[in-house]
Amino acid sequence: MKRFAIAAALTLSTAAHGFCGFYVGKADAKLFNEASQVIVVRDGERTVVSMLNDYQGDLKEFAVVVPVPTVLQKGQVHVGEKRIFDRLDAYSAPRLAEYYDPNPCDRRLYEMRSKDLALPAAPAAAAATSSKALGVTVEASFSVGEYDIVILSATQSDGLETWLKQSGYRIPKNAAQALAPYIRQNMKFFVAKVNLAEQAKTGFQMLRPLQFAYESEKFMLPIRLGMANATGPQDLIAYLLTRNGRVETTNYRTVKLPANMDLPVFLKEGDEFRNFYKALFGEQAKKEGYRAVFTEYFWDMSWCDPCAADPLSPEELRRAGVFWVNPAPAAAGPGAAAAAPSALLPRPAFGGAQPVMLTRLHVRYTRETFPEDLMFQETKDRQNFQTRYVLRHPAKVAPEACPEAKAYLEGVARRQEAEAQQLATLTGGEITAIRQKLALPPAPPQKPWWDGLWK
Amino acid sequence: MTITIRRDPRLFQLAFQATLLTLGVLFRDFSLLPAQMALAIGGAAATQAFWLRRLRLRQVGYLSPVITGLGLSLLLRADTLWLHPLVACLAISGKFVLRIRGKHVFNPANFGVGMALLLLPGAWVSPGQWGNDLGLAVWLVGLGAVVAGRARRDDAAWLFLAAFLGIAALRLGLLGYSWERAWEIWCHQATNGALLLFAFFMISDPMTLPDHPVARRLHVVLVACGAAAWQFLYYHPHGPLWALLVLAPLVPLWDRLLPANKYQWDSNTPLQKGRTA
Repeated sequence: MKRFAIAAALTLSTAAHGFCGFYVGKADAKLFNEASQVIVVRDGERTVVSMLNDYQGDLKEFAVVVPVPTVLQKGQVHVGEKRIFDRLDAYSAPRLAEYYDPNPCDRRLYEMRSKDLALPAAPAAAAATSSKALGVTVEASFSVGEYDIVILSATQSDGLETWLKQSGYRIPKNAAQALAPYIRQNMKFFVAKVNLAEQAKTGFQMLRPLQFAYESEKFMLPIRLGMANATGPQDLIAYLLTRNGRVETTNYRTVKLPANMDLPVFLKEGDEFRNFYKALFGEQAKKEGYRAVFTEYFWDMSWCDPCAADPLSPEELRRAGVFWVNPAPAAAGPGAAAAAPSALLPRPAFGGAQPVMLTRLHVRYTRETFPEDLMFQETKDRQNFQTRYVLRHPAKVAPEACPEAKAYLEGVARRQEAEAQQLATLTGGEITAIRQKLALPPAPPQKPWWDGLWK
Repeated sequence: MTITIRRDPRLFQLAFQATLLTLGVLFRDFSLLPAQMALAIGGAAATQAFWLRRLRLRQVGYLSPVITGLGLSLLLRADTLWLHPLVACLAISGKFVLRIRGKHVFNPANFGVGMALLLLPGAWVSPGQWGNDLGLAVWLVGLGAVVAGRARRDDAAWLFLAAFLGIAALRLGLLGYSWERAWEIWCHQATNGALLLFAFFMISDPMTLPDHPVARRLHVVLVACGAAAWQFLYYHPHGPLWALLVLAPLVPLWDRLLPANKYQWDSNTPLQKGRTA
């Protein structure tokens, strides 16, 4: 029996602050269990979707059913590389930036440094594999890489359900009901399973992502199918690559995560930042009642400031499905002094003329709060946004070192308290625990409001 | 004077739109800068002043441009500062220039937003910005019904909602959803803040609807059908905005086929007898 975890994925889109440091950390997609990752590249009606499975079970049992808007031919399906998801993830993940206060006693010694941190997500996948009496037509059947693929059209949802069952897929209850609306919208079904012999040849342990290219007016992501057997909230991270601007959902609220604030410096230690981001995302999703889609990143991919990871090269972008980017010409032009100086270039830049915008959306959805599939639009918004958090290290200075030092240290104490409060608000965390971590003095007992009134 | 102003439904509209805008900016993460808002209202008022002077109109006030400015702030998003005043200028100028038989053809905010989306870079509309919150929906319907009711055009708002959501329900039925799922989805669609705002603050604008009740109702149903087709058959956003804009040129035809007394804002009464704005 095949396991049927229908993967959703289909047709499936602020002001930047100047920065002069390096990154200290990032919170990548691996941080969220059971998160699906999908890349959607879209320009006009041309669409390329890549779906990453983090399927952990027996490959024999793996299968995926995805509603697609058109019948796909062999040339429209491709097996991609997980590496591209990792690259996009690293490039766009929430990050931590670090600054050092200058010594108040020596204004000339102005030092600014930072390093980097970033956070995460993972994908979902699923299962599926006969005939006229059931109203099911096999529109195409082919193999690509380690996958055996059939494209089905159906006239009745229970016929399709029966076909899938007869073909050995263990599909969830009520699957017919979930499939019906897609059939009536004249959508086709992409069904893939793993060819074990081919899989062994690839030498990969993990399943490689599937990519499809098609044209459709529908700019959407069918998240509802994957909910057939879901219990709690599920996470989806979508990387949307477009030519003109930021992508947002049209049938749900799209919200920017709180970002660009100063936070306590202990976030740099160990897993603190990853845990912070997980808590922050959880708290914000809860606060919105699991009804909002969050923007984690939006930037023109030709640069970044600062960069959590190098921007993707034109070759990598093409592998992600960005069909309007041409691979860079050979590195050295005639007589160019190419190789050596390139190491000094701050950031690789590509092609110039062909913009690629990356919107990273992160949604935590439940059956109750996301009754419809996600519908998207590409806006003309080009204001960069990143989920970046700032650490400011105080200067080490004794209060009596110079006249400015005392006032500076008082300022630092106030700042640390504000950072602790900020952290507690963002993550729904316990302020006293945060104070302890920071070794901040407990909050001074508050004087009653009337104290001093009669003096 | 005071009495006339008090009766003007636009005052309610202005108050409610300002309240909604404030709530949106504070609680709904609108990516709107206070300067954009001020420039939208200022741009609309300045354009109104220009046309009033040029056409030597005396007794027309500034309520309408302020409402248009607020409407544009509620709807339009931009990544620059110049866009809102430019669109406000287009919207108000459209009101004075594009007139047939003494009545402007397009709802100014609708016209402005349409032009911005079609022609200008860096402009967009976020139909999901209000979310689908039942509490908010109740407030919108309640406040909206008061405004549209004052203008005696709440029939248009209700009819539009009934037709659009009726088509949405029919579609869900045809797509084969179970009752339970269809109800969930339909509620989600019906509580969309942007849809409710459109019904009570845009399509119910008495100045740009046909004057005859029968024509008005037919027109509203036509807009609802157009909006539903755009969204549900072609899968594009902003169905109501596009349908209202594209079908607006039909209004003069309706008025010709089924003539009736032209609508007048109470505080503009003297003007409406002459040249109107």
